[in-house]
Amino acid sequence: MQWILPDGASTFAGDIDFLYYVILVITGIAFLVVEVGLVWFAIKYRARPGRRATYTHGSLRAELVWTAIPAVTVVVLGLMSGGVWNHVKGRHSAPAEALPYRVLAKQFEWHVTHPGPDGQLDTPDDFTIRNQLHMPVDRAVVVHLTAEDVIHSFFVPAFRVKQDAVPGMEIPVWFEATKAGRYELACAELCGLGHYRMGAEVMVHAADEFGSWTAAQAAARTQ
Amino acid sequence: MTTVAHPSEHTTHAGHELPFIRKYIFSTDHKIIGIQFLLMSLVFLFIGGLLAMLIRWQQAYPGSAIPGAAVLPETMAPGGILLPEFYNSLVTMHGTFMVFFAIMPLLVGVFGNFLIPLKIGAPDMAFPRLNMWSFWIAVPAGILMLAGFFVEGGHAAAGWTAYAPLSANPEFSGVYAGQKLWLLSIAILGLSSILGATNYITTVVNLRAPGMTWFRLPLSIWALFITAILVLLAIPILSGAAIMLFFDQTIGTHFFAPAGGGQPLLWQHLFWYFGHPEVYILILPAMGMVSDIIANGSRKPVFGYHSMVYAIIAIAFLGWVVWGHHMFQSGMNPTLGLGFMISTLLIAVPSAIKTFNWMGTMWQGNIRFHVPMLHAISFVAMFVIGGLSGVFMASTPVDIYIHDTYFIVAHIHYVLFGGSLFALFAAITFWYPKMFGRMMNPFWGKVHWLLTFVFFNLTFFPMHSLGVYGHMRRIYDPTQYEFLQPLMGLNKFITVSALLLFASQLIFILNFIGSWFRGAKAPDNPWEDNGLEWTVPSPPPHGNFARVPTVHHGPYEFSAPGVAEDYLPQSSATRIAVPPAEGRRVEP
Repeated sequence: MQWILPDGASTFAGDIDFLYYVILVITGIAFLVVEVGLVWFAIKYRARPGRRATYTHGSLRAELVWTAIPAVTVVVLGLMSGGVWNHVKGRHSAPAEALPYRVLAKQFEWHVTHPGPDGQLDTPDDFTIRNQLHMPVDRAVVVHLTAEDVIHSFFVPAFRVKQDAVPGMEIPVWFEATKAGRYELACAELCGLGHYRMGAEVMVHAADEFGSWTAAQAAARTQ
Repeated sequence: MTTVAHPSEHTTHAGHELPFIRKYIFSTDHKIIGIQFLLMSLVFLFIGGLLAMLIRWQQAYPGSAIPGAAVLPETMAPGGILLPEFYNSLVTMHGTFMVFFAIMPLLVGVFGNFLIPLKIGAPDMAFPRLNMWSFWIAVPAGILMLAGFFVEGGHAAAGWTAYAPLSANPEFSGVYAGQKLWLLSIAILGLSSILGATNYITTVVNLRAPGMTWFRLPLSIWALFITAILVLLAIPILSGAAIMLFFDQTIGTHFFAPAGGGQPLLWQHLFWYFGHPEVYILILPAMGMVSDIIANGSRKPVFGYHSMVYAIIAIAFLGWVVWGHHMFQSGMNPTLGLGFMISTLLIAVPSAIKTFNWMGTMWQGNIRFHVPMLHAISFVAMFVIGGLSGVFMASTPVDIYIHDTYFIVAHIHYVLFGGSLFALFAAITFWYPKMFGRMMNPFWGKVHWLLTFVFFNLTFFPMHSLGVYGHMRRIYDPTQYEFLQPLMGLNKFITVSALLLFASQLIFILNFIGSWFRGAKAPDNPWEDNGLEWTVPSPPPHGNFARVPTVHHGPYEFSAPGVAEDYLPQSSATRIAVPPAEGRRVEP
């Protein structure tokens, strides 16, 4: 049994993981209170000859306590979560200087349009690669996500990123990798018979290496 | 209300002359209809479980032949190896059968029918013939749903949630008639549910026996009543959405297809606007019946009866304003996510009230561990896990990571199996003597409970871990991803546990069938309970009550002072010596 999250590799992974652990502790306490209580009551108040149950219909004070505690807890949790949510997924949360990409999901592959050396989409130096997304480390990127046929979902577990790709909609999703390396991108929404193999890779390059890689790609494509 | 005209004879449960076909097939007796629903939904429960075994095999041993599956046709599993398209159908139909044809009819169709008239002191439902129709409309729906496996292109394979455009466009799914049959079946089953709900509401409002005030209703009846209101309001939304999707497939409308100006998210909004109340349809009756059984087992009044009623109403109300939490990552406006997160988290409050009040009921009780009580306590223990895991996905940022992973699969099974199904085992074993006039074998009942409890947890608890690692749900072959490789050991462990869990259910099936023929004769009131149904013979005659009962007490007057026994039937004229000191707002 494993309750520890795998290593995160994006700027907001830490915030999401922290919330997860806060909830894990709170629910863990509630879990223990209820389960230990149930077992304890079951043993202590088991039927024995000559005993009779206490005749009571309840206690308003006790009920107010166990109404108020969860109510306050969930409101606090909601407020904590709201901040992180706005930071990660809010309408205008993507940093202005984020490097733009366009990802088109279709059965059963990812078409990733890279911005090219100029760092802009919809310019002649853009290039599209199938099932690979190359990006620099320590720089925010924003993926303009869409789908051609059915709903897919763009899921990079290490970045704590998941966003459905919906045909007819373009949805921005941003993230900033903190460690160079290779990461897996998976489709997380049932999209047909090849859903299970709709994987791709995300290559996070060191900043200088990314520059030369992009230049080489762009050059190779214009020849 | 023709049934009133048949006062019963105690020697036989159908003293008047009805031909076999009217008595047992096209019956208008709510008890027979309840048993018909019981047999039908247990069959679907078994089929749903069987499909789950195929799913589990594939998760542990992807690409290897399933023992015995070579009998399946080439289009499903050539050589016993599942095809990915058939795997998607399995996932879809496991969910569909369990939600629509097993758990929902077991809770609402079986116990709504069987318990409501008996527990409120009525001779039958308000509309017995409508009741008969509600069952006989459900049957063709079930047949259509099964037929989907045998049509070209295979059965529906877009998940039980049938997300468009995958479900709308055969070009993308390769599924033709299967999805259409699925939609037709769902729409027809909806009609059955609506008829049933109308009947339940009318019956509870109009046919309560003298003295059966609203706050003397057992919590099972409160829960079934509120559930019926949810059914009546929620099912038409699903039926409407299913018909729209059917039109998209057949006559070229574009409600959900973006190519023609439609919106895929519209399906999700409609589906979950039905779907979340549906979740409470699947849990509220379970909560109500568990409340009855825990009070009986603890020999104590339900702790905080009134707040239990208000919590049911609060959960039912909140159930209408939380559907968006299924869509946090769907592309819906993220600002909406905040509102849906708060409303979702608030459901923790009435759920906590119920949980602690069940514990309060056991506190200072004199607990009898009969088989229904064991299942009822397990319900509380398991429902709590399902409720607490829900807090993770209610928190929108955490949901980004765990959405569409096995964490969700673990959660739904802790609620629907650990919750609803344990409650159903409690309810079936509790009311079996009243239904069939015979006791189930208590020894094998306890063995079944123990094995189910152990293997249930060994199956579903580790799924949380899969989700924590990011294991996606509904994938045919997890070995396709490097990051899922280390989880294959856990996947095998879960599969072995699931097979043992399934095998343990054979004990229940044998006990259920065997006791029907050979069980000990059941007395009128084997559990020494207070409900009106225990004042009539087991099984009760057509028309239920020889004389209309008068109700003098609330449903949970166990261990009342001045009463010799530790229970007090609701229709008993015996007075309680001292009004409860601590108790409040208790009807005299």
